[in-house]
Amino acid sequence: MVGHISSGIIPGNGVTDQLMEPTTSIVQIKGIRDGLLATFSEAPWEDQQSALLSQIDDRPTFFQGARLAIDIGTQALKVNDLVDLRDRLSERNVSLWAVVSESPLTEQTSQLLGLATRISKPRPEEQRHFIDTISNDTALFIAKTIRSGARIEYPGHILIVGDVNPGAEVVAEGNVIVWGRVRGMIHAGSKGDRSAFICALDLSANQLRIADEVSAALKPHKDPRPEIASINSEGRLQAEVWHAG
Amino acid sequence: MTAQVITVTSGKGGVGKTTAVANLATALAMDGKRVVCIDGDIGLRNLDVVMGLENRIVYDIVDVIEGRCKLKQAMIRDKHYPEMYLIPAAQTRDKNAVSPSDMVRICKDLRPDSDFIIIDSPAGIERGFRNAIAAADRVLVVTNPEVSAVRDADRVVGILEAEEKGNPLLILNRLNPAMVKNNEMLSAEDVLDLLGIQLVGIVPEDENVIIGSNRGAPVVNDAKSRAGQAFRNIAKRLQGQEVPFMDFAQQGGLWGAIQRLTGRK
Repeated sequence: MVGHISSGIIPGNGVTDQLMEPTTSIVQIKGIRDGLLATFSEAPWEDQQSALLSQIDDRPTFFQGARLAIDIGTQALKVNDLVDLRDRLSERNVSLWAVVSESPLTEQTSQLLGLATRISKPRPEEQRHFIDTISNDTALFIAKTIRSGARIEYPGHILIVGDVNPGAEVVAEGNVIVWGRVRGMIHAGSKGDRSAFICALDLSANQLRIADEVSAALKPHKDPRPEIASINSEGRLQAEVWHAG
Repeated sequence: MTAQVITVTSGKGGVGKTTAVANLATALAMDGKRVVCIDGDIGLRNLDVVMGLENRIVYDIVDVIEGRCKLKQAMIRDKHYPEMYLIPAAQTRDKNAVSPSDMVRICKDLRPDSDFIIIDSPAGIERGFRNAIAAADRVLVVTNPEVSAVRDADRVVGILEAEEKGNPLLILNRLNPAMVKNNEMLSAEDVLDLLGIQLVGIVPEDENVIIGSNRGAPVVNDAKSRAGQAFRNIAKRLQGQEVPFMDFAQQGGLWGAIQRLTGRK
């Protein structure tokens, strides 16, 4: 009697709405290798969030103890949005472990909350291309200390005003400049750019990487001076004191 | 007037969170404050032991949440301070028996009739930790002068910043001035330099702390103990009083570090 509806909500058709399977709502949920992946459409955040939660409430046994990743497309989310969603999921015994997004703000928010921003499923090629075209000249600016457990990843340059503490990771496809102390791990030129460099007011990092070169731990300096690390003519990663001019 | 909710956390285990909660609560009660302690370590409770109240437990926090008793019934009155109560954790359940909104609700119910609500967080950064900080107005991060403890404290501070929980305060516990002098231990300056948060107190290593914990009598009751004095000072600072930091005479340069760092946000 009822034809199968495969996608989307048909506006103005209340009967169809009620008969639809939950999986055809604005949030698509499917199984991936690392648990479940919920893909959000472009609808407003509140609607998507309640659609997701109502799907979970409809089938509590299926979602019990699940590891959930969400792909929220291009929406820019603030800390409170994600914390709220995570807590509400947690109350339903669903753990949010990853947030995939094309918005740098959302990615940064997720990283600050200790959520993964990559899942094993590669992003479709066309979306990657979008990021590549903006990568060369853009920089991510962060004016705070990057603490243990935080991972900052960006497809351009990264500029940090603050320290990079031990246990923190900063990964850039371009250069990394830190106006502060570096004691964590920094990787510049992460996609293989051997001309990338890292500079900092105090470069006492426990590990530096440029492209595929890895340096051993640098000794903490008694009298720190600004330094710049790059790959030298012999192809080795080295750090030297920075001289103006 | 409404109570201030203070959560004591650390990331790493064994740095003295529970000891700090028991001592700060007792010190606040000694100053005439109405205090409620909540043990947030569901499944591994021990605040009751440190406070010497183990044998009085009838109901616990999970009983309150699941509606088996009233909140008042789970509040155990202290042996010495009638205005101090403990809400114990359940020992036979796990962290999932409590949610962040349960903690917010319980604290909301407690606020009108107390001055301080002190929550003892479990170690780690998972569910139990998130429950413990959900209702916090202020967070105290406890660490030891050890590289691993400081690293974990840094991680916790990062999470608190990300969750916009305000500026956490630091308690540096078990500092041994003699070892610092011989360069065998991180100094207070080293720790503050890395964490960059405001210091609320340094507690020196003191064997009376362990003796007190085992007896169920927090060390603040001991007027002669240096650690007890340090906890009493922290309690005063939490009440908004200016108390000078204790002078660990052996430590050169500490004063400068404290003055520089406490002045900075």
